[in-house]
Amino acid sequence: MIIGETPLPEGPLGVDAVAVTMKFGDFLALDNVALKVRPGSFHALLGENGAGKSTLVKCIMGYYHATEGDIMVGGREQAIANPKDAHALGLGMVYQHFTLVPAMTVAENLVLARDDVPAIVNWAKEKQELEAFLARMPFKVPLNARVSDISAGERQKCEILKQLYLRRRFLILDEPTSVLTPGEADEVLGMLRDMVVNGGLTILMITHKFREVMAFADEVTILRRGKLAGNGKVADLTPDSMARMMIGAEELTVQPPRVGQLGEARLELSKLCAIDDAGAVAVENVSLTVRGGEIVGIAGVSGNGQRQLVEVLAGQREAESGEVRVRGDLYSASREEMRRHKMSLLPEEPLRNACVGGMSVADNLAFREFDRAPFASKGWWLNRSAFRKDAERKIGLYKIKTRSPDTPISALSGGNVQRAVLARELGGEVEVLIAANPCFGLDFAAVAQIHAEIMAARNRGAAVLLVSEDLDELLELSDRLVVMFHGQFVHEARASEADLTEIGRHMAGH
Amino acid sequence: MSDGSLGLWTVPLAVFGGAIRVSTPFLFVSLGECITERSGRINLGLEGTLVMGAMSAYGISYLSGSPWLGVLAAGIAGAMLGALHAGICSLPRVNDIAVGIALMLFGTGLAFYLGKPLIEPTAARLPAIDFGWWSDVPQVRAALRINVLFLIGLALAPILYWAFKTTRWGLLIRTAGESSDAARAMGYSVLAIRLRATMVGGFLSGIGGSFLSLFYPGSWNEGLSSGQGITAVALVIFARWDPMLCLWASLAFGGAAALGPALQSVGVTSGYHLFNAAPYILTLAIMIITCSPKRTLTGAPAELSITR
Repeated sequence: MIIGETPLPEGPLGVDAVAVTMKFGDFLALDNVALKVRPGSFHALLGENGAGKSTLVKCIMGYYHATEGDIMVGGREQAIANPKDAHALGLGMVYQHFTLVPAMTVAENLVLARDDVPAIVNWAKEKQELEAFLARMPFKVPLNARVSDISAGERQKCEILKQLYLRRRFLILDEPTSVLTPGEADEVLGMLRDMVVNGGLTILMITHKFREVMAFADEVTILRRGKLAGNGKVADLTPDSMARMMIGAEELTVQPPRVGQLGEARLELSKLCAIDDAGAVAVENVSLTVRGGEIVGIAGVSGNGQRQLVEVLAGQREAESGEVRVRGDLYSASREEMRRHKMSLLPEEPLRNACVGGMSVADNLAFREFDRAPFASKGWWLNRSAFRKDAERKIGLYKIKTRSPDTPISALSGGNVQRAVLARELGGEVEVLIAANPCFGLDFAAVAQIHAEIMAARNRGAAVLLVSEDLDELLELSDRLVVMFHGQFVHEARASEADLTEIGRHMAGH
Repeated sequence: MSDGSLGLWTVPLAVFGGAIRVSTPFLFVSLGECITERSGRINLGLEGTLVMGAMSAYGISYLSGSPWLGVLAAGIAGAMLGALHAGICSLPRVNDIAVGIALMLFGTGLAFYLGKPLIEPTAARLPAIDFGWWSDVPQVRAALRINVLFLIGLALAPILYWAFKTTRWGLLIRTAGESSDAARAMGYSVLAIRLRATMVGGFLSGIGGSFLSLFYPGSWNEGLSSGQGITAVALVIFARWDPMLCLWASLAFGGAAALGPALQSVGVTSGYHLFNAAPYILTLAIMIITCSPKRTLTGAPAELSITR
């Protein structure tokens, strides 16, 4: 700030982005976008993945420098060169990925975030001040606990508290509720809403959940493919009109209706236990039967053992005790067993868990069958033209956008990597399908296609185990719903009769 | 007893004295590496830094007549090598392990080249404090002649332990090592933090090297280090990145290394080479007992290239 300049107005800050254009090389990430956040309002920024929401807020926070356009803070043009400048103006951001240091305590994280960390920290005094600060705040966190030991909800509260502790007056929240139960989400957003209403704070929230926009936001700005697709008062809009602005004219895959008969038991888990990387019990005495023609959904907040459970079923982790049976046979996730029982797997983070990033799309598509005819003769000589032919067929069928079958799969977008895995796993016959957060971070078109494929597999008689952190997805697809908390199944309900509040309560462990 | 025949008591006494003597370079290198690794980088080049430090210390001590100037020179040489490591590692797509191995060869090679004329002359050596003045038994007096560098290292371990917890620099180093995203989000430059941590690590390792040439064995030759730098890097993992545990691990390692010579001095000659291997057997055994394929190492900084 230039000396002699009048200081920014007191109270909540308003931020305007005026005609912002951002280019990364040839790629136009933002094209003449305007965003006006009035001081003391709760503003939502809606858009699909890749619509440019993150790029826009990163321009505001000084991570990126807009190719064209200006950022106005408190009604005045500001050159924000880096995040430190933004912090000095009173702008703060809560990131989608936590920026707390897991191995440190909550108190250490809070003190560390300050711009003026003392050279030698007097912990007794700092803790006293932190206690006094927390007493004024709507939510509480355990100061002396290590961040790695507290729940995702508490971590999110910590992130928000950290910004308030730093006296930010304009807060950007990037998908703040993606790791919270519906109850926690309402609690946190409700408290933030109260702070906005009581003055002193402006909030800009990036989200794709219409429910939260309708319930908490005053105004909304919608982006589509780097362009402004619409804005206005939330009171004047409906979820449908917002969805249309988000998606545009794109056609979505229609999900087939739920048909077919319940078959025999296909996948049986009995008293399964597994430990996590730190050696703690992650999955505890889990028993479950999934029958053919049925989708069983596993709900739960991330980090309650779902990952380890899927890893055991995928053969990536050894079970400590208990057993898994597929059609009555003991199952240990060997390649031969997977093949015999026609197991398919859609793991989370497919690029990491189901692909070899540096290998081509064609090679990745052939992983299940590459050592058999027609891909290989006599089990060792690979027939490259068969790889290519099969890949071209699947690329067309599953609408995988890739330059060629020989492109390394890591060069594809998230949605297209997941489409490729989908093509490989669901392209043939399927008797058991295990899917873990299959739509995480994907756009509407990809989500609709994946949901349709999972439903189609179920209708063909497959037993489907669907692990997801997205309750809406589970309620839409599942026949039966199980809630996982601290490694155990704590609640079970028919999806058609499921009560959202009841499920939310079990997800939070009450 | 005053005639100096202590019988079997000679063995623990010699192990005690040996532990302090042998452990000093391990202590300095492991504390230095502890700082570097807590910032999220592994510097395997500390073997080269150790040898370079030994050579610089010997050369400067010989030229100036002051061993303490030699120690300072060793530290500065180490810090320069640390800066070189950090500088190369801050370039995109550079692997810190590969750079470390290259610098290990570079450091030892450079030290041998520059140190050729230093093999003959004798340099002024570091002093030791006589804590055994009260005894007339020569073995007790020998064991209690404690070098000053060890005492500095002994003080440094708890200071570092405290500093990691309660100073700004300690918190920043840990943040850079545990989550570079978090550090960046707070507006800190991870590369700058790691540069300083690696330089301080190099400084301490260089001082560790000065101990070799200026106290024990107390001369400069090319076989001086024989892998002590690299062993000290392993000790940090063994000590779970905790400065206090680095101290105990160095002492245990030094004590085990002194076992062979101590037993030999009382006439146990069978299995001499086996006893000399004791520190390695000890390390291997503890590693096997405490490691598990199913768990990640506890206490490992999350940003290290081996844990990521």
